[in-house]
Amino acid sequence: MKSFSFMRVSIWVYLAIFFAYLLGPLVIMSITAFNSPEFPRATPWECLTFEWFAALFQDERILNGIKNSILVGAGTVVLSVAMGLAGALMLTQIWPKLRATYYTIIIAPILIPGVVIGISTLVFWDRINRMVGLGADSFLSNGLFLTVIGQSTFIASYCMLVLVARLQRYDTALTEAALDLGATHAQAFRKVLLPFMKPAIASAAVLAFLASFENYNTTTFTFGEYPTLTIELAQKVRYGITPAISALAFIIVVLTVFAALFNEANIRRKDLVAAARKDATVEELESGKFRVPGFLSSNWAAVALVVMACATVVVVGTATVYSPAQCIANVQEQKRIETELRIQELRQRRAEEAARKAAEEAETAPKPQAAPSDNNSGFGGVFSPNTLTGEGEEESKAPEAEDNSNSGFGNVFAPSTLSGD
Amino acid sequence: MSAGVGVDLEKLWIRFGDFVAVRDANVKINGGDFFSFLGPSGCGKTTILRAVSGFLEPSDGRVLIGGNDMKGIGPNKRPTALIFQNLALFPLMKVWENITFSMEIKGASAKERRKRADELLDMIALPGQGDKLPSELSGGQRQRVAIARALCAEPDVLLLDEPLSALDLKLRQHMRTELREIQQRVGITFIYITHDQGEALTMSDNIAVMRAGVIDQIGDGKTVYNDPATAFAASFVGENNVFRGKVKQVSGDTALIATNRSGELLARISTANQGKMQPGDDAMLFIRPEAFALAPAGASGDHFVTATVTNEEFEGNVFNIFMEGDGGKELKVSLPNLGQSFESHKGQPMTLQYDVQNAVALPAGELATE
Ligand SMILES: Nc1ncnc2c1ncn2[C@@H]1O[C@H](COP(=O)(O)OP(=O)(O)O)[C@@H](O)[C@H]1O
Ligand SMILES: [Mg+2]
Repeated sequence: MKSFSFMRVSIWVYLAIFFAYLLGPLVIMSITAFNSPEFPRATPWECLTFEWFAALFQDERILNGIKNSILVGAGTVVLSVAMGLAGALMLTQIWPKLRATYYTIIIAPILIPGVVIGISTLVFWDRINRMVGLGADSFLSNGLFLTVIGQSTFIASYCMLVLVARLQRYDTALTEAALDLGATHAQAFRKVLLPFMKPAIASAAVLAFLASFENYNTTTFTFGEYPTLTIELAQKVRYGITPAISALAFIIVVLTVFAALFNEANIRRKDLVAAARKDATVEELESGKFRVPGFLSSNWAAVALVVMACATVVVVGTATVYSPAQCIANVQEQKRIETELRIQELRQRRAEEAARKAAEEAETAPKPQAAPSDNNSGFGGVFSPNTLTGEGEEESKAPEAEDNSNSGFGNVFAPSTLSGD
Repeated sequence: MSAGVGVDLEKLWIRFGDFVAVRDANVKINGGDFFSFLGPSGCGKTTILRAVSGFLEPSDGRVLIGGNDMKGIGPNKRPTALIFQNLALFPLMKVWENITFSMEIKGASAKERRKRADELLDMIALPGQGDKLPSELSGGQRQRVAIARALCAEPDVLLLDEPLSALDLKLRQHMRTELREIQQRVGITFIYITHDQGEALTMSDNIAVMRAGVIDQIGDGKTVYNDPATAFAASFVGENNVFRGKVKQVSGDTALIATNRSGELLARISTANQGKMQPGDDAMLFIRPEAFALAPAGASGDHFVTATVTNEEFEGNVFNIFMEGDGGKELKVSLPNLGQSFESHKGQPMTLQYDVQNAVALPAGELATE
């Protein structure tokens, strides 16, 4: 009995660690999106702010990156799903002895490093471009085109794997039945096979879009004039990172959770309706008295979805009217006071020291020397050990600059440094 | 009933690589007939049906429907509708959409389709079930939906591939009658495939008995049952007691067979083999279990076998009596249950009398193993 409960406890502990490992970074990052310091930090909590979201939506490069990513994603979804479906159909049609070989070939792009695919795409289409005799600004060397083509080479293989799994459960007699009833091959494909494949096509499309959206190593060679979001982020991080990126990440997390909940709610709803239909009598179905269960009844996913949607509306509403200016001002005021206090302390200490020195000097050589003479060196107070602890001479400017000094990196990651870019 | 469209198979061969699935089939199916192909599993029945419906091109020979050669005409252009062995109902379509799929192909409006679906649902006795999914129906209901779907295409020839094999016994027997009724109502040609001789006999106008790609005999149920053309047909259709031996003497349409273990027995030569059996040939003699009359040992009679009762069974409509003849020869006798008091003869020797007309002499051949 005791060991049993120990087992249970350890399972819970394991789960807690596992989820903390999995979700912890996301939670921390989401918090930083709402904290006011200019460097993403969860602690110390200063002020609730939505300014990073505003900053995000004002950042032309990020917005442009998102737009490009969506364009590339859409193109990749279309191309990859089409190629994946063709590949999957081929696999079921092909001569059985060739099947294993064919499968290996078609899966190979997954195993090839993305970097190699990127370079080879670039080189290959450049060759084609020259062979056809087009210029450097032709369609074939367009960044969007190349990125879609490059990504699709391996994303199509993922799609094919997803589609093959569904296709294996397809009864070819269904296509034959459609043909037998007068359908053409195209009609049989569209009306029978395609509806059957729809769930798998949807999964493959989502997978393809996500794989395209997060792709970096292939895209980095092919993007040309169309940097995607990952490319933009990578370039930004090189110069410094602001909570605006946390805000973007937060939005993506929320959208993902939304999509997941929506999907779950839909599945549950379908199950519930199917169960209700099964229980319904013929008369009920016929007379139209059959009641489809309500959207929210016994469907936790739907409830969670609605709750989350409400929460989002509330948060966005709050954000539009909420202004952290007062809080920020308070924090700054407090910091200023703190700094002032410290400076005061410092001055006092210096004065004491000076007094002591003067006293010592007076004992040896009673010549009245100015205490701050050491500040006259060309380096200002930089080399004075005291400046490391406080603001020294800059005390008057302290309120504007104090944030920078709080990060270990000084100014390196502040977005203002990008202005020179 | 010659209104319908007939189907002819002329010298039809179908090969898969080196394997011959159908060997030189010649069949003439009259328009409006209920025609069955009867044979054990794997004998090539489905293959023939697929050649008729257009999913398989014959390796040799021709398929004619209504007198027209079907060579090069795809399944969607042939006036046939096939009911698949596993039914192949479209799982994502509702019942009414399934039934009227052929109309959707032709571009009929949803309203027309609904109307036609309701008519057909009434015909197959499933009124008001149009909005269900196939998975929400029972096996027998799905069966009927498949029939309605095929009929909705208004085919000249309906092809049915063992449609009842998945149903339980009671439903199977009910559906036999129902299928026959539907066929008579719509008046089109039905080509029916089965390995169940009961189905073939009860429903068909004509039956082709198949064995390993070869058609052994074509005839109506009575002919196939009473006057089999081959040893295989005799043993596959219904039950039979087999006596192996050699022809001793032939006179007209009767032959005296010297059986290996039961002495010399006189039998009628089956119609298909008259004039083909010579003294000295290997022969087989078949007597059906119900063709024997049971008499006490020593009773006289023109034609009889003697044997000892080893076991007795009551099957409801018949009493089955299992006997052992000379040299361990096993025999089965069935007596109809007419309400008589049944007296056990277990362990007793008996005389089995038969009428020469009910004993069939055939050239020796392969027997059905089922
Ligand atoms: N596509 C095929 N390729 C090779 N052999 C086949 C094919 N279809 C059927 N066969 C063979 O042909 C024979 C007859 O099959 P089938 O017509 O399905 O028999 P059944 O009488 O049970 O319907 C079987 O031995 C089967 O293995
Ligand atoms: Mg078959």
